[in-house]
Amino acid sequence: MIWTCDVMVIGGGPAGLAAAISADKEGARVVLVEREARLGGILKQCIHDGFGLVRYEEKLSGPEYVERFIDEFRSRGIEAKLMTFVTSVERIKEGFKVTLVSRDGVEVYEAKSLVLATGCRERTSKQVFIHGTRPSGIFTAGTAQHYTNLLGQLPTKRCVILGSGDIGLIMARRLTLEGAEVVGVYEIKNTPSGLTRNIHQCLNDFNIPLHLSHTVTRVFGMDRLEAVEVAKVDEHLKPIPGTEEKIECDALILSVGLIPENELAETLEVRIDNRTKGPICDSNLMTNIPGIFACGNALHVNDLVDYVSESGEIAGKNAAHFKRAENKSVIEIVPSETLLYVVPQSLNLNGYINDFVMYFRSNRIYENCIFRLKIDGRTVFEKRYPIVRPPEMERVVINLKGINLRATTVVRAEIVRDEE
Amino acid sequence: MSTIVCITCPRGCTMNIEKAGSDWTVTGNACRRGRDFAIAEMTDPRRTVCTTVRTTFKSAPALPCRVSADIPKDKMFDVMKEISKVTVSKQLNRGDVIIKDVLGLGVDVIATSDLLTQL
Repeated sequence: MIWTCDVMVIGGGPAGLAAAISADKEGARVVLVEREARLGGILKQCIHDGFGLVRYEEKLSGPEYVERFIDEFRSRGIEAKLMTFVTSVERIKEGFKVTLVSRDGVEVYEAKSLVLATGCRERTSKQVFIHGTRPSGIFTAGTAQHYTNLLGQLPTKRCVILGSGDIGLIMARRLTLEGAEVVGVYEIKNTPSGLTRNIHQCLNDFNIPLHLSHTVTRVFGMDRLEAVEVAKVDEHLKPIPGTEEKIECDALILSVGLIPENELAETLEVRIDNRTKGPICDSNLMTNIPGIFACGNALHVNDLVDYVSESGEIAGKNAAHFKRAENKSVIEIVPSETLLYVVPQSLNLNGYINDFVMYFRSNRIYENCIFRLKIDGRTVFEKRYPIVRPPEMERVVINLKGINLRATTVVRAEIVRDEE
Repeated sequence: MSTIVCITCPRGCTMNIEKAGSDWTVTGNACRRGRDFAIAEMTDPRRTVCTTVRTTFKSAPALPCRVSADIPKDKMFDVMKEISKVTVSKQLNRGDVIIKDVLGLGVDVIATSDLLTQL
């Protein structure tokens, strides 16, 4: 038996839920696939507040934010397949043949379009090369969060945090409140990776020191971690001999970055952007494979869930309206070297482009600057910023109504100094 | 003059605050909330507490909760201690009160997830 649907959403976190709801609103028959037993994705364990400031103008905790979407998802009667994995996706004439496996066995679906909402994964110690033994007690900030917030188990009494990503900062506060000692946060770069307000409310409020230009060089311990060695690094991020210091601790918590999860996308020959590590998408958030859309942290790592939901809504809506007959025609958006990346990476020339949402990050801190979009050398959009920082993603809405776009059009995005 | 980073929203404005007679002069804030936050930091700093409370349910041993409004910053650990004394045995809904008027601070500890109703 082969089941059918219009839009299959893969992933039941904030992006997937928003995509499913938005595709359902457009009248599509939607099926959402989630590998865990509960919808909500990572927000299930993000019990701190600060979610939804943009969307609801309220400071919600992660569960409060995502459960609003789950409530709407349920009230719409959208089908969710929980504890279900996608084992393979095959491109067929009508769209995609998706094989699912769950406790009920194997099921095959034919979907006209797919929305990839698979989120991101944490970088691990293997990816950052720490020398030494392999004792227990070394885990990612997300794992520490899972133990503490979902299982109600404190995973450390005294720990060191490597990396100043937001989850690490949030966990520094969380573990401190629960009675653990956070000796310090060590960041290899000379600027923090997390949001400024998290440095203040999670570290400064609790007198937890942040050591910039420092890294962990060794770990000690046989069964359980007993100590780590930290060292100062030079401008090439190489540890400086003689600056080593040994710190006793039972846990090393890694908050060294997130990478979009796109294993499935890669098997489908979806092209990946080296900068975002997510699929290259057009202004409809469609990938290079017609009918495959991407959103949320699978598309690029966001710092606000509000934008994760927004990109889910864009992808879901366009997935619902996708027509196979159209030839995909796009023009690339070329970012200046002052930009770390832009999303989307191209403009879809089929149909209209009125308002489209663009996200970007600068490659470093710039004060008093302008973000511009130029088409064939002419500025069609600009916005001034007192400051832009790589950890803080910016969002703009650009209207291209009345602008004639051809395949030969050159579209350039740039951050330049504000001369005024 | 003191320098304060606003934690009200992700923008995180760096603000300067100075006492000018009976009033305060705040600069660097992008909105009204920044000014309010800066003055509160000088006079009555407050924070929220988001944590979990123990439950009797095996498949959901921790229920997310928070205080219904910000509390004095120096009371955070005291409120954590109060929450640690409680074990939830009812299938509470999101928003339900777990501790009424915790430590007489005029705020409740409320559930922030309906996960227990989904068991």
